[in-house]
Amino acid sequence: MSSFSERNQPLVQALKHILGERISSMTERRGQITVEISPEHWLDAAWLLRDEPELAFEQLTDLCGVDYLGFGDDEWETAEATSHGFSRAADALGPGRFSWADRPESADFPNRFAAVVHLLSLTHNRRVRLRCFAPDEGLPVIPSLIEVWNSVNWYEREAFDLFGIVFEGHPDLRRLMTDYGFIGHPFRKDFPLIGNVTVRYDEDKGRVVYEPVEIEPRVTVARVVRRDSRYVDEKLEGTGQ
Amino acid sequence: MSEIRNFTMNFGPQHPAAHGVLRLILEMDGEVVERADPHVGLLHRATEKLAESKPYNHSIGYMDRLDYVSMMCNEHAYVRAIEQLLGVEAPERAQYIRTMFDEATRILNHLMWIGSNALDLGAMAVFLYAFRERENLMDAYEAVSGTRMHATYYRPGGVYRDLPDVMPKVAESPWRKGKDLARMNEWREGSLLDFLEAFADDFFDRVDDYETLLTDNRIWKQRTVGIGAVSPERALQLGFTGPMLRGSGVEWDLRKKQPYAKYREMDFDIPVGSNGDCYDRYLVRIEEMRQSASMVKQCIAWLRRNPGPVMIRNFKVAPPTREEMKDDMEALIHHFKLFTEGYCVPEGETYAAVEAPKGEFGCYLISDGANKPFRVHLRAPGYAHLSAMHEMAKGHMLADIAALIATQDIVFGEIDR
Repeated sequence: MSSFSERNQPLVQALKHILGERISSMTERRGQITVEISPEHWLDAAWLLRDEPELAFEQLTDLCGVDYLGFGDDEWETAEATSHGFSRAADALGPGRFSWADRPESADFPNRFAAVVHLLSLTHNRRVRLRCFAPDEGLPVIPSLIEVWNSVNWYEREAFDLFGIVFEGHPDLRRLMTDYGFIGHPFRKDFPLIGNVTVRYDEDKGRVVYEPVEIEPRVTVARVVRRDSRYVDEKLEGTGQ
Repeated sequence: MSEIRNFTMNFGPQHPAAHGVLRLILEMDGEVVERADPHVGLLHRATEKLAESKPYNHSIGYMDRLDYVSMMCNEHAYVRAIEQLLGVEAPERAQYIRTMFDEATRILNHLMWIGSNALDLGAMAVFLYAFRERENLMDAYEAVSGTRMHATYYRPGGVYRDLPDVMPKVAESPWRKGKDLARMNEWREGSLLDFLEAFADDFFDRVDDYETLLTDNRIWKQRTVGIGAVSPERALQLGFTGPMLRGSGVEWDLRKKQPYAKYREMDFDIPVGSNGDCYDRYLVRIEEMRQSASMVKQCIAWLRRNPGPVMIRNFKVAPPTREEMKDDMEALIHHFKLFTEGYCVPEGETYAAVEAPKGEFGCYLISDGANKPFRVHLRAPGYAHLSAMHEMAKGHMLADIAALIATQDIVFGEIDR
């Protein structure tokens, strides 16, 4: 476990004391605490976080899904740039650059899907972030928190709709954002940015028809990761709160 | 033969009181709502996914288009998240400018809300007055950023440019001339700060006008008192924030409790309701408008006294000035890199929240070290409010649905994202 700032010590101690073994890992970045919890402990940890007076996280402000496929990938290998020329940036299958037919394959990616929760305690005026990785990439399942915080209802529906994360125990896990009869989970990293189908009104048929998408993937700026000291100098990284 | 009692009814998506594209499926027992099932997503543009394929700065403009009546507050959350990850902080003057425009935006939003809320409940006049005032604030937006609504004014490291010294005047035309023109230009003789100060001074009387029209109005009270009452416990459980939470009597405002920008220096009160019904939320928002106008004045006073930079001098994040760019090779390279590739944000994640006019607007940002975000999630206040529609509407009459949608201050730009 990483070190924690003075300001967060009371929260860290309370979390360690109350959640104990249920915490898989706990980190602090930029003054914010992130706690990772496995799906088996997800629900009991949630009850404790809400009801223990030392924690008292009365409100769930946010839940969202995350797809970690391709985390840290870039499209521009600067180290070998001069020997290849500069066209390969456009050939890589980065986000937004592929259509459904040539979507990247996700071969056995552990911990691909996660649900991230932000909690707020009004009593203690502090926040905490929880993360739960779904064990199975093919059918990601995470227990639902709807009994603990009712506000999670639509957030879980949205995460199910956009990422295909199944929240076990949710009474009404319907799609929320996408069209009626939509196929796929659009916020997954292997779902094309241009989509699959396009909708138009057909005058002959007298109704709206769905057709395969016509536009080409088009991303103007390459995705670049620079760990070069010139770009991430100490001034940029060190002073974070 | 069994008697069929309940029937289902579609409210929207094309309905003037649906505030955009809300499709509400209501199960009715006569005039009484038994179940309300909002179908959202008709305005879903996948802003969060679009942001993943663009450098950080390209998405600031998308933030304006989320809650399109409180534009700069959305930008503020996004820009603050980037600043936290980069570990940079905007200069003090930029922080004051942001505070001032956040509060001007709050007035802008609440004017839209009071106008449409009154219109939904049958009072036409308030809408016309509210839009008259809104027009002035739109002009302030235009003077500072060049656009009336979608400003893209806040940038990581400050604001795009300093406040203009000259407030643009209304030009003479066949419809605007003589005394009318002189009246319209009366506030516009000086700088933007003069204009905003004149506006803020005048605004307290305007709020009194709205109160004369509504606060003791018998019809208004019949339509709002006791409608959609939410207890403080339920409000927390349902994820309410902003005036929806304060209307229920919970004293919680991020500007006070977790201050950002220059709210620590501001002198203001948090209005709190007691019954948690539509009328209390109305009173809370009315008082917020007065507090905002007073904060705008406090910021103006500081900004007049303290000229200075409005953008950090870190060319890895913020561009150099035009003059420097034309003169200096290094500055030209920085400029080129920033506007083609953007800047890389160190790996990490953060959640930055601001007290937007509708409640807590948060931005959860994950960076993997690239020049584009790995994941952006936007926490919109209206989303949590609308998800509680069933609980608020159950047992109310059909006509109250319009009051509930209006009191939640629904804007679909932020709910559907």
